[in-house]
Amino acid sequence: MASIKINNLGKVYAGDVRAVEDINLDIADGEFIVLVGPSGCGKSTLLRMIAGLETITEGDLFIGDKRVNGLEPAERDIAMVFQNYALYPHMTVYNNLAYGLKNRGFPKDEIEKRVQETAKMLEIEQFLDRKPRALSGGQRQRVAMGRALVREPAAFLLDEPLSNLDAKLRVQMRLEIKQLQRRLKTTSLYVTHDQLEAMTLGDRLVVLNQGNIEQVGSPIDVYNRPESLFVAEFIGSPSMNLFSQADLDGPTNENAAKHLPEGTDILGLRPDQLLFEAPDTPHIRLDCKVALYEPAGAESHLYLILNSNGQHVTMRVHGEPPVHEGGDISIYAPVSAVHPFNSTSGRRTD
Amino acid sequence: MVENNRWGNILAHTILIFGVALVVFPVYVAIIASTHPSGTFLRGTIPLLPGGEAWENYKTVMFEGRSRAGTPPISLMLWNSFVMAMAITIGKLSISLLSAFAIVYFRFPFRLFFFWIIFLTLMLPVEVRIVPTFQVVADLGMLNSFAGLSIPLIASATATFLFRQFFMTIPEEMLEASRVDGAGPFKFFKDILLPLSITNIAALFVIMFIYGWNQYLWPLLITTDPNYYTIVMGIQRMVTGGDSEPLWHLVMATVVLAALPPVLVILFMQRLFVKGLTETEK
Ligand SMILES: Nc1ncnc2c1ncn2[C@@H]1O[C@H](COP(=O)(O)OP(=O)(O)OP(=O)(O)O)[C@@H](O)[C@H]1O
Ligand SMILES: [Mg+2]
Repeated sequence: MASIKINNLGKVYAGDVRAVEDINLDIADGEFIVLVGPSGCGKSTLLRMIAGLETITEGDLFIGDKRVNGLEPAERDIAMVFQNYALYPHMTVYNNLAYGLKNRGFPKDEIEKRVQETAKMLEIEQFLDRKPRALSGGQRQRVAMGRALVREPAAFLLDEPLSNLDAKLRVQMRLEIKQLQRRLKTTSLYVTHDQLEAMTLGDRLVVLNQGNIEQVGSPIDVYNRPESLFVAEFIGSPSMNLFSQADLDGPTNENAAKHLPEGTDILGLRPDQLLFEAPDTPHIRLDCKVALYEPAGAESHLYLILNSNGQHVTMRVHGEPPVHEGGDISIYAPVSAVHPFNSTSGRRTD
Repeated sequence: MVENNRWGNILAHTILIFGVALVVFPVYVAIIASTHPSGTFLRGTIPLLPGGEAWENYKTVMFEGRSRAGTPPISLMLWNSFVMAMAITIGKLSISLLSAFAIVYFRFPFRLFFFWIIFLTLMLPVEVRIVPTFQVVADLGMLNSFAGLSIPLIASATATFLFRQFFMTIPEEMLEASRVDGAGPFKFFKDILLPLSITNIAALFVIMFIYGWNQYLWPLLITTDPNYYTIVMGIQRMVTGGDSEPLWHLVMATVVLAALPPVLVILFMQRLFVKGLTETEK
């Protein structure tokens, strides 16, 4: 177990492709960090630099107290779970788990003990004699986890480990991974672009965009207080509604604007922050047409079109809303709920 | 075929049976002929039913020979051919596995250049470069030696090329996983790459062995010492070398014996084929 310290880390691939830029991050011992961001933002690159599979072109990386920039993956005492599992197809599950230990010169009985323990923990004992091809996707995933766990490394690195599983299994494995991490308290870095995984798994969320960190914080902080327009749009599903100040007219909205921080020209409102009734406090008023009502069990989505500029607005409602498709409706939100942004800087203004 | 066309079926089978007969008949004739006494052939007819001299004939060609008819005992030739074919096969496989490994997994300067150089040698089989190669082998004093018989035939672009293509289909994560697991390049080669290549190795083993076994021109050129004659040369000498009419029954026995080792290699390697085929990742 160890902390990880990332100082000004950067990566330029051959051909001047900049994948990661000036990343600074301190990861505490035992912390579970989730890296999230859109495709191509450099999540895998960052993870692989930490793993030692990609050379570090700028900055320093410390695992524990040791600078590990030049070390081979095996010397960094990390374990990695790959998206496609990368199990050795010609080896039995037992040997897949044991291979790393054998290479490190563990005695036979210690290997046996650890493999059995790990297999028990992941409930793959009955598959130990099988080859990976004789396993289902979920079982392979467990073996891949097992290969990482069995080594008891300083840190786990997981690159979208659940993305090849079906939805149900993904939820189950997500819970198991979280429980395992809680129990083992091994520093972990988890890459995903799945909203739910990002929100539920980590102690801290790192939102990446085009090779830069946009925001670091606990998932709930990031959700409640996105620091930039990018994070506001990226985190949360359905994503936040963003309104340009210029498109909000009428006396109510002009009054509301006075209560917003200086420099605000974009107003963000989450779908569940929109109301059918005007609150007593200063508030925003949006006159819309109902485009579509989408019931989805406990909560439903209402898709509206803003009259002033035709933009789409998503609203989350509980129960049957007092509307019919094609009808007119006014919805409201208190100014206190607004996430205020400046469009030039892309940052939050309060 | 889904369609059940009676006449089509009959036609197809006729053609296939004819094809099989075309291939099998000469083999059959050779085997039958090798079981007859010498007198049978003087009448100018080829027997189609087995004779009673099989044991006698095979013993003669293996251990006694008929030197007057240019027919020394062939056991030594069989051995020579076997050593040469094995040396070529193992040499080719080791070199091509290693060079494909280097080309695919290591980033060294002029990597592509070397790949193309290797690839170019595809266009230069022994027959094309036979004169200069002979000169080199002669200058190195390797005439009449197993080294001279096999080394010039070992450099193999075909196998290197095939292994390169195969290695490139192995997902990169396999290498990365093994690096994380603490395997250096040679451990990766030995523990992962070789076992995954076993089907390809078995297939190439068969092809290379037969290639080596069937070499004719090259051994003919560089061996003058009968101790290094190979079986394929031996057959040729038997037919053309003697003072008298070739002893056809003995020639046929030799032919059958000469065809046997490749068949055995195929039978043996076939098990690996099937094993490899059923065990690689879907
Ligand atoms: N070997 C490489 N050579 C050059 N550019 C690369 C290489 N690998 C990745 N890149 C580039 O670096 C950027 C980041 O890639 P990376 O794989 O880290 O993205 P990612 O965040 O993991 O995306 P995804 O969610 O799709 O996996 C991309 O623009 C990609 O094109
Ligand atoms: Mg990725």
